[in-house]
Amino acid sequence: MHELGVVFHIIDDVTEVGHENNLTNIQSVTLQLGTVSTVIPDYLKDCWKWAVDRTELLKGADLIIEPIEAITYCEDCKSTYDTIEHGKICPNCGSKNTFLLQGTEFMIKEIAGS
Amino acid sequence: MDTVKVIEIKKSVYESNDREADKLRAELKDKGIFLLNLMSSPGSGKTTTLKATINRMKYTHNIGVMEADIDSDVDAIAIAQDTGVKSIQLHTGGMCHLDAGMTRQGLDELIDGKVDFAILENVGNLVCPAEFDTGATKNAMILSVPEGDDKPLKYPLMFSICDVVLINKIDVMPYFDFDLEKCKENIKLRNPKAQVIPICAKSGEGVDEFVKWLEEEIRKNKE
Repeated sequence: MHELGVVFHIIDDVTEVGHENNLTNIQSVTLQLGTVSTVIPDYLKDCWKWAVDRTELLKGADLIIEPIEAITYCEDCKSTYDTIEHGKICPNCGSKNTFLLQGTEFMIKEIAGS
Repeated sequence: MDTVKVIEIKKSVYESNDREADKLRAELKDKGIFLLNLMSSPGSGKTTTLKATINRMKYTHNIGVMEADIDSDVDAIAIAQDTGVKSIQLHTGGMCHLDAGMTRQGLDELIDGKVDFAILENVGNLVCPAEFDTGATKNAMILSVPEGDDKPLKYPLMFSICDVVLINKIDVMPYFDFDLEKCKENIKLRNPKAQVIPICAKSGEGVDEFVKWLEEEIRKNKE
């Protein structure tokens, strides 16, 4: 829902790293994005295209998104399960005593540039 | 041709903002300023709740309000007219949330050496404001009865980051299928530590309890 806002945050962070490493052109940025992070990859890519073309350093840069699957852990039966499919309640024992192990990540993994 | 270098970053997109927010929170604590971030969906009664709260606290605290909206200044005018406290309008320029940097800019204008209790009325939205730490001392949210008791299940992040949840418009509960106990249970499921306070901002019911909670948190922040 706030894809454009986060794109600006990413551009700021990446620009800083680019300058620190004396890059004059960044060709791609790789993100790791959890499937329950609330960020929608397609929207993110649209905002990305619009925003990077307004910068010098990142003009035309590709956005590569590596998804991270959402997994929940059940504290009662000690099992893990697919969060998207089953949500908060454990499908194995019906417990609500569960917590998310992964899936909310939103990381800048790496950049490639020259 | 230049060789392409791959540089590993491995950093959360929210990390810079989180760092900026922690810094702001620490600075405010040093200055003895309490900042409340109030969030909710549009139309839940944020401005009415604030007016009722401010009118109970304005004689004992120097209050200042920042109204964040995409456009207009109706809320800032309403607060200034009905409570007499200093209120400024922040425009987010189309953005659906405020981040720590924008909050700091607003505070620079709001805090004139007197304000010791600053309130940020965030953009009406249950999704984005939850992702961006504003640097506030405490987070509060309002869920109004017509929105339904299932909202904690639908917007888990918002409920999990709040220190207090106000359930507003309890006077119309008989007209809606709103189960207060079930709603409390749904909130507990997401956030066992959240305080839940049922209120009716219009009549003032329950507002004193919220004021009591605020007074206690303001006191703790000054320790």
